[in-house]
Amino acid sequence: MQASNTLWRFRGVTPTAMLAFVYLYLPIVVLVVLSFNANRIATLWTGFSFDWYLKVMDNDNILRATKNSLIIACGATVLATSFATMAALAMAGKRFRGQAFINAMLGLPLLVPEIVTAVASLLFFLALGLDLGLMTVLIAHTVFCIPFAYLPIRARLEGLDPRLAEAAADLYAGPFATFRRVTLPLILPGVLSGAMLAFIVSLDDFVITFFVAGAGATTLPVYIFGLIRMGITPEVNAVSALMLLVSIAFVALSYWMGQRKS
Amino acid sequence: MSLDPQRRLRRRLLLAPTTLTLLLFMVLPMLLMAWMSVLAPDTYGGVRWKEWSLDAYVQFLYERDLDDSLTLNSDYLQIFGRSFLLAGFATVVTLLIGFPTALYIALKEEKTRQRLILLISIPFWTNLLVRTYAWMLLLRNGGLIDSSLSALGLSQGALDVLYTPTAVAIGFVYSFLPFMVLPIYTSLEKMDWRLVEAAFDLGANRWQALRRVILPLAMPGIVAGCLLVFIPAIGSYYIPELLGGGKSLMIGNLIQNQFGTARNWPFGAALSFMLLALVLLAMWVYTKRFQRPPGE
Repeated sequence: MQASNTLWRFRGVTPTAMLAFVYLYLPIVVLVVLSFNANRIATLWTGFSFDWYLKVMDNDNILRATKNSLIIACGATVLATSFATMAALAMAGKRFRGQAFINAMLGLPLLVPEIVTAVASLLFFLALGLDLGLMTVLIAHTVFCIPFAYLPIRARLEGLDPRLAEAAADLYAGPFATFRRVTLPLILPGVLSGAMLAFIVSLDDFVITFFVAGAGATTLPVYIFGLIRMGITPEVNAVSALMLLVSIAFVALSYWMGQRKS
Repeated sequence: MSLDPQRRLRRRLLLAPTTLTLLLFMVLPMLLMAWMSVLAPDTYGGVRWKEWSLDAYVQFLYERDLDDSLTLNSDYLQIFGRSFLLAGFATVVTLLIGFPTALYIALKEEKTRQRLILLISIPFWTNLLVRTYAWMLLLRNGGLIDSSLSALGLSQGALDVLYTPTAVAIGFVYSFLPFMVLPIYTSLEKMDWRLVEAAFDLGANRWQALRRVILPLAMPGIVAGCLLVFIPAIGSYYIPELLGGGKSLMIGNLIQNQFGTARNWPFGAALSFMLLALVLLAMWVYTKRFQRPPGE
């Protein structure tokens, strides 16, 4: 309706938007294309090859880092999503004193620059005398995953009819049965999308992990950073392209799930 | 009317894991960081727990000579200034690209809009480190941009843009563009477009409608977008590290340095604390100005 009126065509808007889309996708496309390059010099195209991917699959360090990344992402996702679901249920009820404070605290990991969180966590763990390793990374990841898991669950609860839970209670369902049989199935899409966001955010994190991971807990982004610092190589292209594709697959999946449910 | 004790207990139990995790591992570490920033540094990293010292803050502005006299040293101020400048520049450019992009999406049909927003969100959720690396491939001498420019005869010699502040700015704009587009789009989408129609009916031209109607209504989204770009940009660590090549040192690099080679924890804590204070100040101004309930 709006587009049919020529008055709505603001000059320069379409070219700028096109530029923005090209700008956003050009580097991703170039990286993925170059990861299939046969040449050792990573920026000149000479021919198609899967070699670098095979090399990546063969690299023990990369596999170990991937394993660490997955352990931490799974652990942080399970912890953050269950904590966030519980908190969202409590926050959705009657208003109470201290609610604003808890809300502010939930916003903190999103608001504070990553490097500040990283420094604070590092100093805290060292002051406690904890050894830096998978445990410290898992704790730090759980903290910043909580708000990402919380927001979609809270949004889903917002749209929920409270009379459904009341009806269950009238039919003699206890609080736990009400949650399991009524509330949880209804908020499940929110819980799943929260879990997926938490997983991606944990998998992608670099700065905080870089600070709080000891030598034994190198995750994939931390390992990639080390490689990049040493120079641009086809192996880095391949492992980076893999990381991009995993994230893109996840986002597309969560979008598709959201579409199907609504 | 008060809640029965059983329900209150249940609410507390539900909130406990989140509240305790955030208090213990987010709030407490921040407080500890603030405390450590006023302690004396130990020789090989670490702090002397019982020795108070404001040296970390003094060191930010002054240099202590051998005879213990203080001379003004603007090195660190310059780093803060450069960070401000680069983050500010990135914010302005993302706004100039992001606003028309958000407007373009908002004027599309419902179905197209959802697809375009997905296209904007995908980079938002993909690994930033890897996307920064992709720019190293593009910007370096002999890379795609360099070789196409010289093939077109547009440049003489090497491009020499990687490892400069320009490369850092390009990386910032690229990385944080979705943070600008998404909130502006949200405020444009909520907007009552009949107001713009009314402006046109009353004889406004496009520019007037944009400046007098659309821009003011999109202002909360614009300001939110600017904050969402500025905050991560000013505290950014690896974008200047990788694209700036250590030459254009920013606050993030300086902080990291205090826990690496420089081994001065109190100074690192003080720098982080100052950065945090800046961000909280910006947020406070934002909520004061833009988060008032509508109609007030």
